[in-house]
Amino acid sequence: MGLNDAEYERICELMKREPTDTELGMFAVMWSEHCGYKYSRPVLQLFKKYREAMEAGGFENAGVIPLNEQFGIAMKVESHNHPSAVEPHQGAATGVGGIIRDIFTMGARPIAILNSLRFGPPTDPRNRYLFEHVVEGISHYGNCIGVPTVAGEIYFHPRYSGNPLVNAMAVGIAPLNQLMLARADEPGSAVIYVGSGTGRDGIHGATFASEALGEDSEEKRPNVQIGDPFMEKLLIEATLEAIQTGAVLGLQDMGAAGLTCTTCEPTAKSGTGVDIEVNQVPTREPGMSAYEIMLSESQERMLLYVKAGEEHQVEAVYKKWGLNAVTIGRVIAENVVRVRQNGEIVAEIPATYLTNECPTYYLDTEEPDYIRAAREFKMDAIPDLDDANQALLKMLSSPNIASKRWVYDQYDWLVQTQTVLPPGEGDAAVLKIRGTEKGIALKIDGNGRYCYFDPVTGGQIAVAEAARNVACTGAMPRAVTDCLNFGNPTKPHVFYQFKGCVEGIAQASEAFDTPVISGNVSFYNESELGEVFPTPTIGMLGILEQVENRVGAGFPESQLTVVLIQPAAFAVNTQQGLGASEYLAVVHQVENGQPAPFLLAEERNLHHFLVKAAEQRLLRSAHDLSDGGLAVALAESAIIYGVGADIVLTEQAADWTERRDAILFGEFQTRVLLSVETGHLDKIKTLVSEYGLQAIPLGTTGGDSLTVRLQGRTVMDLPLSECRKAYQSLSDAMSK
Amino acid sequence: MRAAVVVFPGSNCDADAFYALRDELGVQTDYIWHAETDLRGYDLVVIPGGFSYGDYLRCGAIARFSPVMRAVQAHADRGGFVMGICNGFQILCESGLLPGALVRNEGMKFACKPVYLRVENTQSVFTRGYQPQQVIQIPIAHGEGRYVCDEPTLQQLREENRILFRYCSPEGDLSEDWNPNGSVDFIAGVLNERGNVMGMMPHPERACNRGLGSADGCRLFESALGVLVG
Repeated sequence: MGLNDAEYERICELMKREPTDTELGMFAVMWSEHCGYKYSRPVLQLFKKYREAMEAGGFENAGVIPLNEQFGIAMKVESHNHPSAVEPHQGAATGVGGIIRDIFTMGARPIAILNSLRFGPPTDPRNRYLFEHVVEGISHYGNCIGVPTVAGEIYFHPRYSGNPLVNAMAVGIAPLNQLMLARADEPGSAVIYVGSGTGRDGIHGATFASEALGEDSEEKRPNVQIGDPFMEKLLIEATLEAIQTGAVLGLQDMGAAGLTCTTCEPTAKSGTGVDIEVNQVPTREPGMSAYEIMLSESQERMLLYVKAGEEHQVEAVYKKWGLNAVTIGRVIAENVVRVRQNGEIVAEIPATYLTNECPTYYLDTEEPDYIRAAREFKMDAIPDLDDANQALLKMLSSPNIASKRWVYDQYDWLVQTQTVLPPGEGDAAVLKIRGTEKGIALKIDGNGRYCYFDPVTGGQIAVAEAARNVACTGAMPRAVTDCLNFGNPTKPHVFYQFKGCVEGIAQASEAFDTPVISGNVSFYNESELGEVFPTPTIGMLGILEQVENRVGAGFPESQLTVVLIQPAAFAVNTQQGLGASEYLAVVHQVENGQPAPFLLAEERNLHHFLVKAAEQRLLRSAHDLSDGGLAVALAESAIIYGVGADIVLTEQAADWTERRDAILFGEFQTRVLLSVETGHLDKIKTLVSEYGLQAIPLGTTGGDSLTVRLQGRTVMDLPLSECRKAYQSLSDAMSK
Repeated sequence: MRAAVVVFPGSNCDADAFYALRDELGVQTDYIWHAETDLRGYDLVVIPGGFSYGDYLRCGAIARFSPVMRAVQAHADRGGFVMGICNGFQILCESGLLPGALVRNEGMKFACKPVYLRVENTQSVFTRGYQPQQVIQIPIAHGEGRYVCDEPTLQQLREENRILFRYCSPEGDLSEDWNPNGSVDFIAGVLNERGNVMGMMPHPERACNRGLGSADGCRLFESALGVLVG
């Protein structure tokens, strides 16, 4: 069931008796890592907001960032890795459903979905099956509920073959004066169950999520819940309408640990309790035990705490939408979760035993040998490139870099008609918020390979890249939600990776003033093939004061000047730039070395420069340099609208003493590629100097090819049609 | 001048149509819940996109039996204008207000992207604001948007000039490369015999503001409403 002997003894000690079966089940799910964060909590204290929230008595469903005086933006990301590994369509679909509920239970209308996906190489049939069906599951669910899927990222690596990662993020907008909390403050108020009936699906899903996948994981298919997006759509509308009645005091989604979690968490926070009768719970089949009802993770259900005497108002709203709304009990003053079946008490546990008393473990860390080896790895063993054209085509057709059009064409990214910078056109999606002049920019990002070879720098880069992406659209990075995907935390090297990544994320989010406002931890991402790369994914929210100032990533027309922005003191360093790079992996099949270090303060300056330059309307395009470095960024900006470029890398632009592969494909942080009106070049140069950056003109946009000259020689000369063909290779392969 | 946007449980483009009509076109617009039985007083009724009642059966198969659809039928009988968009088009076909049916896209996948349409009929009340053969850009977002009908119906649609829009290339050429779902004869939208009920799979309400990539859809609503004003 997931509890160890010591934990069982602790339960007996707390209860001063042996627990009943139902009670034991309730403890097992609430004390799982998935619900109780028993391993991660000490490390999560590194996040400032988390620390403050824990001190204040509880972390709410999702954080909220004010947009203006009236409205706030809520967002959260969550993993659904294990369910997706055994049942990709439903696993991914219910991942979307769960995170959407976290948003509207706050009183926020969901306005966007993002996702971050990791699979093994798509050339393998099993991986391809998982990839196709995860996308289909997200598409089916998201499209049906009418929330646009606006951005995402997909990365392939053998490390994810046995254990794909499916992280879903949702964003919502709420009136700041109507934010809802998961609390149960008033004794006597009604406990109202709404939504789908409770079935036998998903029992012990949280426990399942807290173990490694193995050969028998397929047998856990029944642990995977089945999603009903139509029901979810009704639940969104009905719940937002019910909140308007003013009768709802608190509410929580029934996600992991179902009815157990939604009864004990709000009451533990409020210092109250509940007395509920499980026979009142609508079920999908007769004869369900209290154990099953308390632990079911059936989807599309929520628990509402409603003012005594005003139950009928709430019931009427749900009835209009054709949904269940049943009073199953009352809030009581006594701090106990009392569960009855046929009036008889089958479980009676002080709420805080299930939440606050969840044991905390301080796990050992140990730096793994491969990291020490990576630190010593020398690039001298790798020959420099001789054919930059071939190298670029190879990079563009790498599934990690290639266009994901095949994926986002299946997502309705335009419903709600707010998506003004769509997938494939910008470094982040931009939504115009109806009724305001403002926009929000959204991005989700992460790089498992960087984190594997250098957890702290990798964690910093995850935040830096996401923030830079958002800033490239002209939006100021404002907040982070993170999903932390790791292996078994009791292995010291895994916990070392975890702790390092969290440190890096915490440092970067403090440096950029983008607090981590919500998140999720997913351990045990392992299979018989070993653990996944340590993979934190960072969801980033940026705000554009004037959405009209948004900036795309593609060269929009000919005769613009292409400009590279980088720190004033930047110099290409072959050793650092190729470390843990996509170039090394794709072209040389070598994965080693460490990602290039960078300064958080310089990175922050770059974000501020981008926002200021966008405000002054100096940017025609802005695209960050990330996987594949300068050459790939140039190609991507050219491919988007089919506008080529003629580039000359002067000695100022590239240190000629360094290797060509590092100059063209090296991966360094704090760099972006712009296109600007030639007449604006001086203004750009003046502006960058205020931020400690340099602006280097590289050439001119135009034509239907991409040419790059270095040291007076043409090293790259490719028709855009060839670049596009390589860039479309993943989508073409998936369409067959 | 009043417009109604019908709301079924599971509609999800109702708000988009509402905002396009009210905010972009300045029309007094109301939501009409599926249980309503009376549409008198409205000039234009829009049946929006979405997944009415979940669409777990054939798309639109349940919605056709809803109370509001009897009112839509009565509205059409009175000569009122009806526009079905995406799921709304599917519902109108299921209800028999429009001929043909919408089936699974040829590629089997849901597709969301901007497409090009050629305006084939500029005589109808819905399309008279366009130029003959004008190419417009309107996004699609559907999994079951492949228009099919039997051969006599197709003949009739052609002869009676009731094909409003065809999928085409940016230059206005008809080719399977630019047919996003495999629709017969590239059909993207059709008109009823009387000329007051139309349905289309692409979403004009998503193309009423340049910020969203195209404002080509405005003309459609303007045409219908402009006629009523005049």
